[in-house]
Amino acid sequence: MRNLLPILTVVAVIVAVWYLAAMRMNAAWVYDQAARDGIEVSLSQVIPATLTQERPVLPAPHQVVKGLADGLFGQKITSKRSLVYHGWVTLSATLLGFVFGSAAGMALAVGIVYNRAMDMSVMPWAIASQTIPILAIAPMIIVVLNSLGVTGVVPKAIISAYLSFFPVVVGMVKGLRSPDAMQLDLLRTWSASGAQTFTRLRLPSSMPYLFASLKVGVAASLVGTIVGELPTGAVAGLGSRLLSGSYYGQTVQIWAALFAAAMLAAALVGIIGMAERATLRRMGLAR
Amino acid sequence: MKDTLTPPAAVPVIEAKGLNLVFQTADGPVQALREVNLTINRGDFVSFIGPSGCGKTTFLRCIAALEHATSGSLTVNGMTPDEARRKRAYGYVFQAAGLYPWRTIAGNIRLPLEIMGFSREEQARRVDEVLNLVDLAGFGKKYPWQLSGGMQQRASIARALAFDADILLMDEPFGALDEIVRDRLNEELLKLWARTGKTIGFVTHSIPEAVYLSTKIVVMSPRPGRITDVIDSPLPKDRPLEIRDSAEFIAVAHRVREGLRAGHGDVL
Amino acid sequence: MSGGITGRALAAGFGFVFAATLVADRWIVQAGGETAGWIKLANLVALWVCASCINAALAGSGRAAARYLVPAIFGISILLLWERAVAMFGISPVILPAPSAIWAQIITSLPTLGADFVQTFVKGALSGYLIGCGAAVATAILIDRSPFLQKGLLPVGNFVAALPIVGVAPIMVMWFGFDWQSKAAVVVVMVFFPVLVNMVAGLKATDQMQRDLMATYSAGYAQALIKLRLPAAMPFLFNGLKIASTLALIGAIVAEFFGSPIVGMGFRITAEIGRLGLPMIWAEIAVAALAGSAFYGAIALIEKRVTFWHPSQRR
Repeated sequence: MRNLLPILTVVAVIVAVWYLAAMRMNAAWVYDQAARDGIEVSLSQVIPATLTQERPVLPAPHQVVKGLADGLFGQKITSKRSLVYHGWVTLSATLLGFVFGSAAGMALAVGIVYNRAMDMSVMPWAIASQTIPILAIAPMIIVVLNSLGVTGVVPKAIISAYLSFFPVVVGMVKGLRSPDAMQLDLLRTWSASGAQTFTRLRLPSSMPYLFASLKVGVAASLVGTIVGELPTGAVAGLGSRLLSGSYYGQTVQIWAALFAAAMLAAALVGIIGMAERATLRRMGLAR
Repeated sequence: MKDTLTPPAAVPVIEAKGLNLVFQTADGPVQALREVNLTINRGDFVSFIGPSGCGKTTFLRCIAALEHATSGSLTVNGMTPDEARRKRAYGYVFQAAGLYPWRTIAGNIRLPLEIMGFSREEQARRVDEVLNLVDLAGFGKKYPWQLSGGMQQRASIARALAFDADILLMDEPFGALDEIVRDRLNEELLKLWARTGKTIGFVTHSIPEAVYLSTKIVVMSPRPGRITDVIDSPLPKDRPLEIRDSAEFIAVAHRVREGLRAGHGDVL
Repeated sequence: MSGGITGRALAAGFGFVFAATLVADRWIVQAGGETAGWIKLANLVALWVCASCINAALAGSGRAAARYLVPAIFGISILLLWERAVAMFGISPVILPAPSAIWAQIITSLPTLGADFVQTFVKGALSGYLIGCGAAVATAILIDRSPFLQKGLLPVGNFVAALPIVGVAPIMVMWFGFDWQSKAAVVVVMVFFPVLVNMVAGLKATDQMQRDLMATYSAGYAQALIKLRLPAAMPFLFNGLKIASTLALIGAIVAEFFGSPIVGMGFRITAEIGRLGLPMIWAEIAVAALAGSAFYGAIALIEKRVTFWHPSQRR
């Protein structure tokens, strides 16, 4: 409970500053309108006007909440204006890609730890790839795959898989290599086989690292899917909502889509966090 | 004219009267110090010995104004510990050398001098002086990780000596070192003490170390932390290491051990 | 030693198969025929296995040079495979251009690539990076004195750092216009929180004993900050700076997908997608990859000089 108060304070301050910023940034338009209509406006008339515009420069918090609620609950789930529909499109691609990417990443990590040749050939590239802006290729992959007849959720899932792959590889390798020499020597004195060492020492020790990189991976996958929805004027998914909002100047739509994406990201990371806590608690590693 | 036959007058430097310290922990209040009365005179080498939780480190930290008593009085050089700390009355040596790895040895020794505002020339002079004192001359340009544990601890002691504080407070400084290095450092510490005439408060776990080094041994026991015995050492000031096999030494060590056992068995 | 000989024999064997199928393919094509599918496949498989055997042998040899040779051979074999596959299976350049075609594109388009690089990397990513990291370090120091603010700001910061920040790109374009300023703004938002979280962790990294020592010198807050806590925070700060470097370039490029003047890497990519000019896209990606690794490498180099004392650097 003691930790909740500082967080709430900071959030409250952010919301307050947001309102002030909204008032300030939207005021110019209000004054322009008034000048065009030839009427004088007092400050007490300007302020409410800045917070209820249809296309504000900066939507006020309550406008965003309204847009969000409208998109989530105010539409039929199957309609093209429903954030649930778009959220699902994005989520399905993200999850599909994330599951495959992480599984492949874990498998490769095991290979890297146990095979020296694989370690020396792949690891440097895995680490180097994290410095390369892979996200920039996302549109190209979508277009290429589309022209090959692969459309819909699969191209986005491929991007999503790729983006979660490398963080999981790097994190899992670090985790599998984390037991110190003393621990490994102890197992050797008991003539433990490779598989036994793996399941009883390396795998449990890698859990904290694995979960940390899964969180990074799922966030990266979500961003990848959203970016993958941008090209070819994609008509579904949160990324497409962001894009169309930006083309048509629908600022509330942009912010609502952004917040929906944020909530999705928070939920995904949160779910992995819960899985992490449950697993670590069962293993006695809970802090 | 000074009468060389009478011992110099005992000048109290640290005086504790009825000192109490209660910590509020998650498991309830813990009395770390109970009714501690002690006088330390100038030039004394006082060891504090006792099992964990007996309050010896806590008492040292009170003198250093790193902890504050809940009741009772404690004066250092006639002032409150906080004032004494602000006047830089003492040097503190911790269990770990705690040298900054990004500074050379000389740079580390310069650290308190920089903070206290000594001039550049003064800093250089003092660094050379104390490096010689602890026998680390020539190692000024090395980095801490290039030195052994014993040498790092010597550098830490040099750092505490650099700014002319009259009092030296040492919290188990040799605890992490092996016996041979420890013996050597004990000898060096005694020589240092003889040369500089400082007042030293020394916390230790080791009975031989306490008896070997000190003029006064304070035996403490835990739950609650209190003084069980204060022994004025009959051993001469000039002590080669062999003195540890003498009958006198063993008698004092025996008395210390009795004091520790008594405190252990006490249920208050 | 037998393992080494088997490895070398396998490598030689598969190398021979590769050469043989290559020659056969060239022959048949020159004669006007169509090479059988199995020859093409054998060619590629032989190449892959040959390279793997070489690498396995090198990895087992324990030679110091192997550390660089093995990943290099791996990378080169991937490039060769790519090139051979495109040539042999006649893959259209609209789907996947060959590395040689990409190289040719790079050479002919250097001025364009250069202008894009300056727009996206120098003006967008770099300026946003410097502003964002500077602001994060300053904020970390400002909230250092207030555990209350830290307890509130850090969870919020961790939350924000996990969000799809690139989504603010359209908003930034609306506020700052189409040009590089909006891209820099996106980068600022992206790098701010990771660096802040790392810097706060770094400022906390001194242990109690060190802080007690400073207390015994009666050092003031500023003195303790400058002499102890800032140097001790450097390893953490650089960890954040390295993460931020990759985020900066991604942010700048992706932000351009949402609207940009007619120059910039992200712009070029979206434009060339419409014209199916894939070699140009790959050329841009190659430049971006180079820029990204060089940027990261530069920061790692500075880290090595500043945190020379840290155990991780003293290998």
